[in-house]
Amino acid sequence: MSLVFPFSAIVGQDEMKRALLLCAVDPRIGGVLVLGDRGTGKSTAVRALAALLPPMNAVVGCPYGCDPKTANPCEQCRAHRAARSGLLKSAKIPVPVVDLPLGATEDRVVGALDLERALTKGEKAFEPGLLGRANRGFLYIDEVNLLEDHLVDVLLDVAASGENVVEREGISVRHPARFVLIGSGNPEEGELRPQLLDRFGLSVEVRTPTELKSRVEVVRRRDAFERDPAGFVEQWRKADAKVRRQIDAGRNQLESVQVPDSALEQGARLCIALGTDGLRGELTLLRTARALAAFEGASQVEDSHLKRIAVSALRHRLRRNPLDESGSDIRVERAMSEVLA
Amino acid sequence: MIDPRWQQALGAAALLAVNPPGLGGVVVRAAPGPVRDAWLEALTALLEPGTPIRRIPPQVPDSRLLGGLDLTATLHAGRPVAERGLLAEADGGLVVVPMAERMSTGTASRLAAVLDTGEVRVEREGIATCWPARIAVIAFDEGLESEDRPPQVLMDRLGLWIDLEGISPRHLDEGPWDASAVAQARAAQASFEAQASDEDVSDAIEALCRVADAIGVDSPRPVIAAVRAARAGAALEGRSSVAEDDVALAARLILGPRATRIPPPAESSESTESPEPEESSRPPESSESPESSEAASPPPASDPSQSELSESDPSESDPTNIDPNDPEQTPDSIDDGKPLAEVVLEAVRSALPPGLLAQATDPRQMRSGAAAQQRSGRVGAVRTDPRRGRPDGTVRGDPRRGPRLDLVATLRAAVPWQRLRRRPGSQTLVEVRTDDFRVVRRVQRATTTTIFVVDASGSSALNRLAEAKGAVELLLAECYVRRDRVALVAFHGQNAELVLPPTRSLVRARRSLAGLPGGGGTPLAAGLDVGGAVADTVRRQGDSPLLVVLTDGRANIGRDRQPGRPRAEADALLAAQNWRAEGYAALLVDTSPRSHPAAQALAQAMGARFLPLPYADSSVLSSAVKAAVSGTQGAERNRDARGQVRA
Repeated sequence: MSLVFPFSAIVGQDEMKRALLLCAVDPRIGGVLVLGDRGTGKSTAVRALAALLPPMNAVVGCPYGCDPKTANPCEQCRAHRAARSGLLKSAKIPVPVVDLPLGATEDRVVGALDLERALTKGEKAFEPGLLGRANRGFLYIDEVNLLEDHLVDVLLDVAASGENVVEREGISVRHPARFVLIGSGNPEEGELRPQLLDRFGLSVEVRTPTELKSRVEVVRRRDAFERDPAGFVEQWRKADAKVRRQIDAGRNQLESVQVPDSALEQGARLCIALGTDGLRGELTLLRTARALAAFEGASQVEDSHLKRIAVSALRHRLRRNPLDESGSDIRVERAMSEVLA
Repeated sequence: MIDPRWQQALGAAALLAVNPPGLGGVVVRAAPGPVRDAWLEALTALLEPGTPIRRIPPQVPDSRLLGGLDLTATLHAGRPVAERGLLAEADGGLVVVPMAERMSTGTASRLAAVLDTGEVRVEREGIATCWPARIAVIAFDEGLESEDRPPQVLMDRLGLWIDLEGISPRHLDEGPWDASAVAQARAAQASFEAQASDEDVSDAIEALCRVADAIGVDSPRPVIAAVRAARAGAALEGRSSVAEDDVALAARLILGPRATRIPPPAESSESTESPEPEESSRPPESSESPESSEAASPPPASDPSQSELSESDPSESDPTNIDPNDPEQTPDSIDDGKPLAEVVLEAVRSALPPGLLAQATDPRQMRSGAAAQQRSGRVGAVRTDPRRGRPDGTVRGDPRRGPRLDLVATLRAAVPWQRLRRRPGSQTLVEVRTDDFRVVRRVQRATTTTIFVVDASGSSALNRLAEAKGAVELLLAECYVRRDRVALVAFHGQNAELVLPPTRSLVRARRSLAGLPGGGGTPLAAGLDVGGAVADTVRRQGDSPLLVVLTDGRANIGRDRQPGRPRAEADALLAAQNWRAEGYAALLVDTSPRSHPAAQALAQAMGARFLPLPYADSSVLSSAVKAAVSGTQGAERNRDARGQVRA
């Protein structure tokens, strides 16, 4: 595998980096939508995250990388478990970060008849698609707004249920497909359907840095990386390792972080003030705040945690009011200053 | 005679040839013709012999572009065989895109992904693989209008932008570089990249960032490309480190053409608005390009002679070409005491796009220019394909009834049964039964494009306009749920214009609407004509148009642009009858405080629903239109046209 640009070496874009890291700490946050200008390192950040994540324990030979301890294994693992009375060989594997390239066909996304085995052996076997491969990891879609509608529908369905059900070509398979959906795109090239927007836990906006100093730094680091990738990665290895340990610690601590009633209340008040529909906003808000607290080693969720993630968690859930010129960021911040004063 | 622009184009070719994947490629603004052919020939002559070159038509299907299952080979071999697409075939070479302005954003994004990663990821038709594709793209931009550019997502990644338009084919001499010089530079550059320390290009990077900032180039990609180009330039010159000249050249070829604003004059940073070109305060070496310094300092908007000047291509009159053998251009001629950024900025001035100044002086354009600055790059032609039936999966079906056979899916369906079906002694390779037939299902989306034709004339118009704008935005917010589109035609003074071309982008709509002017006479007929033309285009794209006219019906400017009420009203009625003849669905909203018979007559003539809304605010208006839209869709919707043959 070729070397990727180190996560810690990305200049600025703190909101995007934080959102990605928090999803790594708690995958239940529900993914990140990264919208913004060209050349802001959206894809770079996602690829860098892949290299950063601590490896996970997975059943050897399982096409979906099942956790050996999971209560909800795939059919194959379940059969094996029954046969060997619960003991399965496992190994550390890197967390899958699967790219959904533009032009992918549905059969490769959801999985289909294994053509090779069908042609050579005349067997009817299922070949998992990208959704299966992304299980327990990340599914990344660049230019998500250019994705064909029928694929978007499939993705949304699976992302919501955590399970991929395939009924095609005489094959009937269901397998776990729990992944963090990461989408990126440029709103100028076509808006996203609101149904899709709402499915992402967090939404972040990235802009090109305006300060000369950081612009120079962006170019300088990119240039240094390209001239000597190995050396550059080595230079940032320690910083990346630190972030990795922080993710690990955050994951371990996640369940013990307290969410006091006051935080619940504040979250609810914020959502009411903004008129967000449904409970998803509140849930995401609290989960993200908890992930942030865990990531930073705090024992309970404070207002300061809520404050820092509220914009990412809520900006894409506001009812659009096209006559209100002020952007959704400002509206969230206005509400925050009222509620969390 | 040597045309300096031709020299510059050859220089760009040489730089690209030194480091093709690093620079991404070239956007060449040129119509097909001998000049373009000569340039491409010159470029290919500089590449390594045997470099693959693939042409990509703008509407190339994914199967050819990315690759997929090779059916013939698969059947022959009895196991799946992958077939490379054009991008993988071009690995290590060039991809040439004629008519790049017609390329869809989708195709451009596929190219962009390959440019970013240097490989093609294929997840198609049972094939999951990854091929190397280190390519450079030559995009020929043949668009007639400045709005008609290749997709931004692609242009951003192609480092060099050159313009061959207006170069005479009689003066195409050869450049100073030959294939061996370039090959040497290529080798030199590779070792040089490995050795060069950070300090080496540190100043160059900072200077390039400063210049990019000054001329409003936001994306960091061009700056990165410029750093590489500077290195390539140094290698071409046989230098072992990047010199001022190399940075200047890179900036001129890469940053200059991307400028979205005019940089402040070199010496006096306070007087950006100064109408006087500071000839006196200018350092002597810059006086050799007087034209470019004129073009660089913004003249007052009212001065027509100045804007005319800007229309003429600055690079035409620009003596600073990139001929390295020209002693005038060696670093000695540049004042060493000057900071690098200023030297580079001087060089860039000569390469600013010709329309930039005109754009800045036209208030309407300026707004879009300013908006473009915020969002990096110019307002690109964001194209969407006509959604004439999207593929919606594959279903069992009978291809004889019209729909296209999905061969791969059919074979895939047939394959598992081969062992069972095969009769002893049969020669047939694959036994296919009618049960196996799979056809491509296409869903014809009857999207509606609502075209607002808004009376922006005279006194009462101003608040009408505000309401229309509000309604457009409200509708748009609703619309993209259904993926419908909205357009807006405004008429006032003597003309009608398409203010907002059909779009479903709220961002874009808001930007266009913000700059909508008002006042003047009422050229109703012109407005209806333009509205009709837009409706016609929309219909050709496979959408159903709905025209919403906001007017009081009191025309006073005729089709001949002359004032005169009777004539103007007769013209308007004629235009309205045209709509009826075309069968456009229409809604006429009478906006006058007291309903006038003229408006009603007009509605009748165009076969429109008539809606007097004297105090309509945007929400009332948008709900009225929504009702009309659902009416249109009821009538015109031909949803789910299964079995439509692929166009």
